[in-house]
Amino acid sequence: MTNTEARPIYLDYQATTPVDERVMDAMTPFFTQAFGNPHSTSHSYGWEARDAVEVARQQIATMINADPREVIFTSGATESNNMAIKGVGRFFAGRKNHMVALKTEHKCVLESIKYMQRHEIDVTWLDVNADGLVDPDTVAAAIKPDTALVSVMLVNNEIGVIQPLAEIGAICRDRNVYLHTDAAQATGKIVIDVQAMNIDLMSLSGHKMYGPMGIGALYVRRKPRVRFEPLMDGGGQERTMRSGTLPAPLVVGFGKAAEIISQDLDQEAARIRNLRDRLLKGLQQRIADTFVNGSQNQRVMGNINIGFRGVDSESLMNALKDYVAISSGSACTSTSVEPSYVLRAIGLSDLDAHSSVRMCVGRMTTAQEIDQAIAAISNAVEKLRGAGLVTNAASVAG
Amino acid sequence: MRDGFYLDNNATTPLRPEAKGAMLCAMDAPGNPSSVHGFGQAQRRIVEDAREHVAALAACAPANVIFTSGGSEANNTLLHGIAANNIVTTSVEHASVLDAVPNAMIVPVDADGVIDLNALREVVSGLDGRTLLSVMAANNETGVIQPIQAVAEIVREFDAKLHVDAIQAAGKIDLAPIVRVSDAISLSAHKLGGPQGIGAIIVRDGVPFEPLVKGGGQERRRRAGTENVIGIAGFGGAAEAALAEFDDFQALADMRDGIEIALAGDAVFYGQGVSRLANTSCIGMRGVSAETQVMAFDLAGIAISAGSACSSGKVEPSHVLRAMGLSDEDAGQTIRMSLGWANDPSDVGAFIDAWRALRARTASEVAA
Repeated sequence: MTNTEARPIYLDYQATTPVDERVMDAMTPFFTQAFGNPHSTSHSYGWEARDAVEVARQQIATMINADPREVIFTSGATESNNMAIKGVGRFFAGRKNHMVALKTEHKCVLESIKYMQRHEIDVTWLDVNADGLVDPDTVAAAIKPDTALVSVMLVNNEIGVIQPLAEIGAICRDRNVYLHTDAAQATGKIVIDVQAMNIDLMSLSGHKMYGPMGIGALYVRRKPRVRFEPLMDGGGQERTMRSGTLPAPLVVGFGKAAEIISQDLDQEAARIRNLRDRLLKGLQQRIADTFVNGSQNQRVMGNINIGFRGVDSESLMNALKDYVAISSGSACTSTSVEPSYVLRAIGLSDLDAHSSVRMCVGRMTTAQEIDQAIAAISNAVEKLRGAGLVTNAASVAG
Repeated sequence: MRDGFYLDNNATTPLRPEAKGAMLCAMDAPGNPSSVHGFGQAQRRIVEDAREHVAALAACAPANVIFTSGGSEANNTLLHGIAANNIVTTSVEHASVLDAVPNAMIVPVDADGVIDLNALREVVSGLDGRTLLSVMAANNETGVIQPIQAVAEIVREFDAKLHVDAIQAAGKIDLAPIVRVSDAISLSAHKLGGPQGIGAIIVRDGVPFEPLVKGGGQERRRRAGTENVIGIAGFGGAAEAALAEFDDFQALADMRDGIEIALAGDAVFYGQGVSRLANTSCIGMRGVSAETQVMAFDLAGIAISAGSACSSGKVEPSHVLRAMGLSDEDAGQTIRMSLGWANDPSDVGAFIDAWRALRARTASEVAA
């Protein structure tokens, strides 16, 4: 078991990722030497920051096969999701009053759509199957003549499943409906191609891909042109689509993180998949009565969402707090005692949902850490089951 | 700092070392502040420490501080989020206020850029329903400080709500009296030595507003999105330093006044006769376009601007100077010089020399 003096093993890469050293090196000079306002046009401090922002914009565009002019920087994926959904809803208000979304979307997509629902937008909420996946035919059937937007997340933040977005994109293009996707959990894990997938709007986040927190982007298609109302008005930055001074250092870090992904994704995916499989196999070998949530095939390489029957996830995380950092679901809702709505949507009982935890392997994870984590988690599960600190002791005994 | 003279601190400021230190600490560890594990809790502590420093700068309780992605988001959140039948603002506000409320009633300013209180009273007294008034504490182009206490009396008398855009004022004038009489305040870190991409709103207890960015329950459900921990840490560090060095900032007035005394007679200074931020001078050079001036200063290694940075790509004359009654021509011959924590008297000397050199050169061209 790990030394308690040492820091716990970090297996919560879907909540946030550490900043990559290369990203840090790229950002640092823009905090201190090249600190200009990228919108200052009257001096070299401003030009330098602006040039760096444009390099980053190209780096993001390359990662997703877009034109740089289609990349709008925001403060993060939450803002991007709010901007896309409310922006399209407001632009088409009175003409197209219907939206389609998955029940398993990230909280900020759900909340933005519910907000529009309170403002006279009709919403069709789509179910997912037991694997957590939506059937493209279900999406096609939900589209109506007055549908303005379909919002389908690319990768789920809790169970890591990958939705069939290319098929959905083809349907949306055919039916002349915008497709928005929350891709915050997809970047750096799978190849994203906005052309091949026919994506019209896409939300990205820096801190889920080894960049800094506080920066994200919204991809906005130019051809055919996507129309929406900005969320923020003001100085008219970002082609008037998003006002506010751009944080040049964060933008630079975000761009660098994208460049690293464009270069290294294949290699990294193989390495992380190996580690994830080693973790899953190790846990399944050492621990009885486990179950895996979500599709095993259509899944990003680092994620595991696993249940240990009879073990309460809160107790498990508490027992592991000095050894392994994991979570019971999305970080933004992790202080909530409600069972995960994503796990409920794929058909888990409250009890099973409360026995499930999310782990995610990432760039800095080592094989040694995986082995230590397997040992720590299996010991903790064994102790909790032995101590009777279980939510469903009877069913386990039975 | 590197070679060159940076005199455009109202556009953005160099990062204070205290902010950088706090950011480096925050960068040291991964973690989402909403995660319950130890990594997350460490990040949470960083966020809450910073909140205390920002609260101290604004003389309010930490619970009233809500972090945003910057000043523009802060203004948009409050102006769109506070329920009001009428919105009243002034002709010299920042674009993030004026563009957020295109239907607002606009109160004029006088030749010095100070709000016309009689006009304000007249407008507000004629309104029915809930009124929200938005007035900046200090102007970004001229540094002119608005009489917020007098504005607040009118707000109180007619039972309106008061939003104060304190983005240019924070760390530069005492915010306590302003916060005391306001319902909501907007702040930005990168104008006071913190990083770009982080700001805050300060909302009095009992003032409801609809959040602009929805989603997870961060910031007590008032602003969703994973907290920009590094940015927040930097904001906290900068706020702490700005408060500690408040007197140093006031001393920048000596340097600024040195420029105005040196150039007196040749130059025109706008807002000079009224209460102004210690660091700002809005300077007209007759017969020379602001663009020419800006280029000449840049060649001399001096960074200044022709107005607000966010609109500095536009060729239109400043709406602030136009509102103060300047002709397009005069407004188009005016630049902004703004000092900050990192400047020293040699920067001022370089500015004076460059200004005089340009004046002499253009005067001889005109003569020839």
